[in-house]
Amino acid sequence: MTLKLDRLVRHHAGNPEPTLRGLSFDLPAGTLTALLGRSGAGKSTMLRCVMGLESFESGTLDVDGVQVRGSTECRAAERTHAVALARARLGFVFQSYELFPHLDVLENCVLAQVLTRGLGRARAEDKARGLLVQLGLESRLHAWPSQLSGGQRQRVAIARALALEPRVLLYDEPTSALDPSMKHEVLQTLKRVDATGVTQVVVTHDLQLARGCEHVCVLDHGVVIESGEPEQVLKHPVHESTRTLLASWLEAG
Amino acid sequence: MGSCVSIADVHVVTSSLVVLLAMGQARADDLKWGADAQGGAPYVFEDPTDPNRLVGFEVELAGLLAQRVGQRATLVHGPWANLLELLARGDFDVALNGIEVTAEKRSVVALSHPYFAAAEVLTVRKGDVTAPRSKAQLAGHPVGTLPGSLAERIARDAGAVVRTYDGGQNDLYDDLKVGRIDAVLADEPIAAFYGDLEPSLERVPGDFGVVSYALALRPDDATRLQALDAALDALVADGTLRALYEKWGLWNPQVAALLHDPRLEARGAPLELDRWKAAVGKLPPFLERVRTRYPAMLPLFLEGAALTLATSLLAMALAVLLGVSLALSRRHGPAPLRWLAVAYTEFFRGTPLLIQLTMIYFGLPELGVKLDPFVAGVLALGLNYAAAEAENYRAGLESVPSGQHEAATVLGLSTAQTLRHVIAPQALRIALPPMTNDFIALLKDSSLVSIVTLTELTKTYVNLASSTRDHLGLGVLVAGLYLLLGLPFARLARLAERWFGRHLEKGANA
Repeated sequence: MTLKLDRLVRHHAGNPEPTLRGLSFDLPAGTLTALLGRSGAGKSTMLRCVMGLESFESGTLDVDGVQVRGSTECRAAERTHAVALARARLGFVFQSYELFPHLDVLENCVLAQVLTRGLGRARAEDKARGLLVQLGLESRLHAWPSQLSGGQRQRVAIARALALEPRVLLYDEPTSALDPSMKHEVLQTLKRVDATGVTQVVVTHDLQLARGCEHVCVLDHGVVIESGEPEQVLKHPVHESTRTLLASWLEAG
Repeated sequence: MGSCVSIADVHVVTSSLVVLLAMGQARADDLKWGADAQGGAPYVFEDPTDPNRLVGFEVELAGLLAQRVGQRATLVHGPWANLLELLARGDFDVALNGIEVTAEKRSVVALSHPYFAAAEVLTVRKGDVTAPRSKAQLAGHPVGTLPGSLAERIARDAGAVVRTYDGGQNDLYDDLKVGRIDAVLADEPIAAFYGDLEPSLERVPGDFGVVSYALALRPDDATRLQALDAALDALVADGTLRALYEKWGLWNPQVAALLHDPRLEARGAPLELDRWKAAVGKLPPFLERVRTRYPAMLPLFLEGAALTLATSLLAMALAVLLGVSLALSRRHGPAPLRWLAVAYTEFFRGTPLLIQLTMIYFGLPELGVKLDPFVAGVLALGLNYAAAEAENYRAGLESVPSGQHEAATVLGLSTAQTLRHVIAPQALRIALPPMTNDFIALLKDSSLVSIVTLTELTKTYVNLASSTRDHLGLGVLVAGLYLLLGLPFARLARLAERWFGRHLEKGANA
């Protein structure tokens, strides 16, 4: 078990309903999981809560043995400490990548290694270069992010996260900002990372991408309503909401 | 964030600061006397033929008095209107610069025996039939005088429309010449050294009043007052003072009466007055001035420019440091600190720099804080500009999208690391252009420190223009110097901007 959520509750002020209503799931180590759900199902909130960009009120998050409890269930200092420990085991690829525009490709992947892992420059650069080469960016090491294509930017963001050796890597809608012809390339990248043993969670609207994953979870109203292998969940959904969701996606193409 | 200032610049600034502070140090056996060189001839002014030398009958008088009391005369420059405040503050011990003997003055300072007296003289345009020619006729006419002078009160009492001139005695007669005023009422020495030089103007005979000058001291400085009174009496008794006035063309019936001297006629030629007339009577053409006169003035201008630059650089350094702290407090600080930062910005941005400087220099001594003029000037400018800088940095910080903060957070960077490595480099690119603008503005605003006895570039110009009656030519020169001071920084800022924005240039380093 590398990422486990146990009854996470997150209630945004002003909303009548909680966004996460006791969300639980448990992902086996080293798997590639797609997280599906209609807009507003709580996917983004789940990601932000896991990454510590938002706090949840109750429940427990477990990242590779580090437990973070809800904000109403432990002291703030204790929680801040736990969030930092959990974060050190997590990686995150933003939908808009959020590369640092004033740093070149290599430096984007070096900065955090030097600052948060205390690595020497030479070692950090070697590691960054190795990852960037693996992801096919050997000719773009010293380009500015603004000079890259969308797909290249995404791979830099992945390399930046992988450079910190996370146990779990999460993606927010990795195909939404890309040209449809790039979807295949994204899946190839995910599989290549999967081969290294990192647990990956992909929040997506993309059925094609979900089909390529090892595991699929469907979220609705802040809880998991269905999960299993893609073949089973996508072809023979049990839950009514899942069927509606899949139908709407197929319609949209 | 002040990374555009190199170590070498800092060395230059600190070494010039040391020099400036050293210049401000007076020895115990100095007689520190205060005057304004902007007032011009024949009181205290830069010799038009050798502008590095201060001359004037009061310069010589100060020297003679100091010698008598066994001290060395040291001049402290201050604006004429502020001389008594500077005296009270202790910037010098004696104000000696045409301080008129009046009852109101006696209530705030101790006055010595009068050392000079002169008639008030009315000057009008030659052949102007509508011009006022007696005290009674002044009513309703626009009349120029110096602010806070006896002449001003006389003109006011006579019902004239009084215009006062801060800029120097030259301006009075220039405005009369071009018809902005109908007459000038001024002390006789001023008429003799300025009005009489204009062929198109003439004095009006008649009695307009008599003014007398005395030294002003702090009321509690009785011992020094006694010594200086005795020294004055001795200079009168041995004829030194009379000889001084004769040399300057200032011996007149009023001063003869004041000094109880029966000989009304001056002996010998008024050498200094003649020398003055020869030097400034008619300005040579501009190019000739550039060749023959301006080179001698260059050291004075450079000294003024060095002070302007040192003041501005140190004030900007202070403004940048404080501005960064304010902007960060406002964005990341706890609520009370945020309010404090907002209040600071609103106060210093919303009140005039002149008032802030006056409060710091003349007001703080009331609370027991007496600052060196240079320190006060840098502090006032720095505190004021910090408000503007804080807003620049706030704009810069807010220009960086929140996603950048989140990206740094998930990578595990601390708040400080995020600011230093992710936010600051991007914010600085936005903050740099207005920052450059502010520095150029600061360079010009630094001319305000002249009110606290510092002769920076603008004051140097005003003094020289007044003593050589050359406003236009020297104006071009001083404007050029300001541009030379500002342009390198503008250029440096452009380079820095390009460096911080290099990731946005097309095809760069691809």
